[in-house]
Amino acid sequence: MAEITPVVMPKWGLAMQEGLLAAWHVQPGERIEKGRELCEIETSKIANVFESPASGLVRRLLVEPGTTVPVGKLLAVLAEPEVPDPAIDAYVAAFEARFASEAAEAAASAPQPRQLEAGGRRIRILEIGEGGVPLLFVHGFGGDLENWMFNQAELAARRRTIALDLPGHGGSAKEPGEGDVPALADAVVAVLDALGVERAHLVGHSLGGAIGLALALERPQRVASATLVAPAGLGPEIAMDYIEGFLAQSRARKLRPVLEMLVHDPKLVTAEMVENVLKAKRMDGAQAALERIAAACFAGGRQRWLARERLGALACPVQVIWGEADRILPVAQAEGLPATIAVHRLAATGHLAHMERAAEVNALIERFLD
Amino acid sequence: MPKKTYRQAINEALRQEMERDPRVILMGEDVAGGMGSPGEDDAWGGPLGVTKGLMPRFGRERVLDTPISESAFIGAAVGAAATGLRPVAELMFVDFFGVCFDQIFNQAAKFRYMFGGKAVTPVVIRTMYGAGFRAASQHSQCLYPIFTHIPGLKVALPSNAYEAKGLLIQAIRDDDPVIFFEHKAMYDEEAEVPDEPYAIPFGEANVTREGDDVTVIAMGRMVNFANQVADKLAKEKIGVTVVDIRTTSPLDRETILETAAETGRVVVVDESHPRCSMATDIAALVAQERFADLKAPVKMVTAPHAPVPFSPALEDLYIPSPAKIEAAVREVLAFQG
Repeated sequence: MAEITPVVMPKWGLAMQEGLLAAWHVQPGERIEKGRELCEIETSKIANVFESPASGLVRRLLVEPGTTVPVGKLLAVLAEPEVPDPAIDAYVAAFEARFASEAAEAAASAPQPRQLEAGGRRIRILEIGEGGVPLLFVHGFGGDLENWMFNQAELAARRRTIALDLPGHGGSAKEPGEGDVPALADAVVAVLDALGVERAHLVGHSLGGAIGLALALERPQRVASATLVAPAGLGPEIAMDYIEGFLAQSRARKLRPVLEMLVHDPKLVTAEMVENVLKAKRMDGAQAALERIAAACFAGGRQRWLARERLGALACPVQVIWGEADRILPVAQAEGLPATIAVHRLAATGHLAHMERAAEVNALIERFLD
Repeated sequence: MPKKTYRQAINEALRQEMERDPRVILMGEDVAGGMGSPGEDDAWGGPLGVTKGLMPRFGRERVLDTPISESAFIGAAVGAAATGLRPVAELMFVDFFGVCFDQIFNQAAKFRYMFGGKAVTPVVIRTMYGAGFRAASQHSQCLYPIFTHIPGLKVALPSNAYEAKGLLIQAIRDDDPVIFFEHKAMYDEEAEVPDEPYAIPFGEANVTREGDDVTVIAMGRMVNFANQVADKLAKEKIGVTVVDIRTTSPLDRETILETAAETGRVVVVDESHPRCSMATDIAALVAQERFADLKAPVKMVTAPHAPVPFSPALEDLYIPSPAKIEAAVREVLAFQG
């Protein structure tokens, strides 16, 4: 009998337990190719287009738009016309019966973030995968380790990965020290020390990109390679209306337009994303820590830590990925870099390239690590 | 993020603030329980177990079981606040406030004003409110509009466990007297609540749903009913904005007026009696400030002007329900001027 292909709610990162199916891009009876847009899914971070994991004829769409369903739930069924309808119905019934019990088991065994002592403070990390030189993810200003939800689990299939919350962020202690790039870089080294990791491939976004650059320059023995997504540290310009708005706004309706500056398509910013940023900012000490970091890194509305003059000294392979529609750090800062640094510019992409264009960014990182 | 009940969230807020600040003390009827009797201390932790475990952790000096005399212990809490402690007193059911109202509205609420801003009264009075508990007329009222009426008091109504922890921590850190309303039908409801302490600022409403057609303004338990209605109507392509005002005093006028003007159709949901209520207060605010933006008269969904009935069937009819909210939303949508 011909094959029946299930399409399930994807799991984008470990924080994702359920997703809201916002809209279908196909109808039953249409044919879809692998990699084409199947539907839109909203998560706790941003909304994203879900690309069909397989090619085939769409026989069933099983979730109404506007419905929130758990990860792994059957969304659609693909099968060729020769598969009769009763066989499809039987398949759906059997899948859904099995899903209920498997979902409970999977939830119990999923990797969870944990806290460790590093450099005299509590740091939250999430480790997934095993083997090889570890891949370390460092988020940007105001973010947390869940910013890598579309990347970490994917890249963990072939190696050990570690994502961390910088001091002052997420589930880490709200003690940023000096709060400047060197201090934050020291905090990252302390995490590597605490984990016994000698060398790591780094992936850093924005302020995390500057931290990656600082480590690659100052601690070359610890850095195997660096992938910098819209990194700070390559030019003085920064959109201070973003930084100031992020710090100042405590109501969702006022914060939303600020967060929309992060992405090319403002619809990607979900209500839950806004709410999660507010919740993080409300944690005791978080606001003061973020203000300290902003004051140390962006005093006078300019980036204070710049590495452009020293890029020739980089000892490890470095690639830069930048959205051409970045409204926080201008993509022009990716120009004029040494020829040894590969630069990938992504069209119609904002500051959150790793979330907005997760598949492309993941592929660039995989190829780079090979 | 861990899920916790409304009860656990309140208990955690109290514990973390007591750990952070030695001036924070608890007092009330049976907040520990077992005082003076043989057997287990901390037998109760309050009538619904909200403060359980705090007496063993902090001792009898900071968790005080009081006599059944609200006029005495609420007065003692107000006095302790005026002289340097930060007491959290539990007025078991808000229905009992009548015997201690002078201590609240004539003393606590007035000190800052009458002493020229030189006095602060950082007292929190936690209290249970709301119908649905089969507890009859004297243990089921809302009454938060009465406290909202008094200048000098702040009034908070958390709508879920996350809100409860953040608003209670803010209440304890606030230098003014705060009346903190816990809905007794919500103690077992769960939400994701961070382990770390966090404070939710007063006077900042939370927009829990966004839609283009009707604005529903609600508070306390009614926020959840309004959210249910919004989710249901979204499937019919009717967009409902839901505003959780969080605190009735201070009131986030800005968010209320903005969201009211955006849709031009407003429903206010208030579990208390309709006269001199939050519903009338907010309806009047919108009518005065945004009359030109309204496309329909403001609709109120409230309990009736009657005591809470003891008959379960009547009590169920008494409480503003999702069905009544939905009917009101459809009514303002259908209005043709």
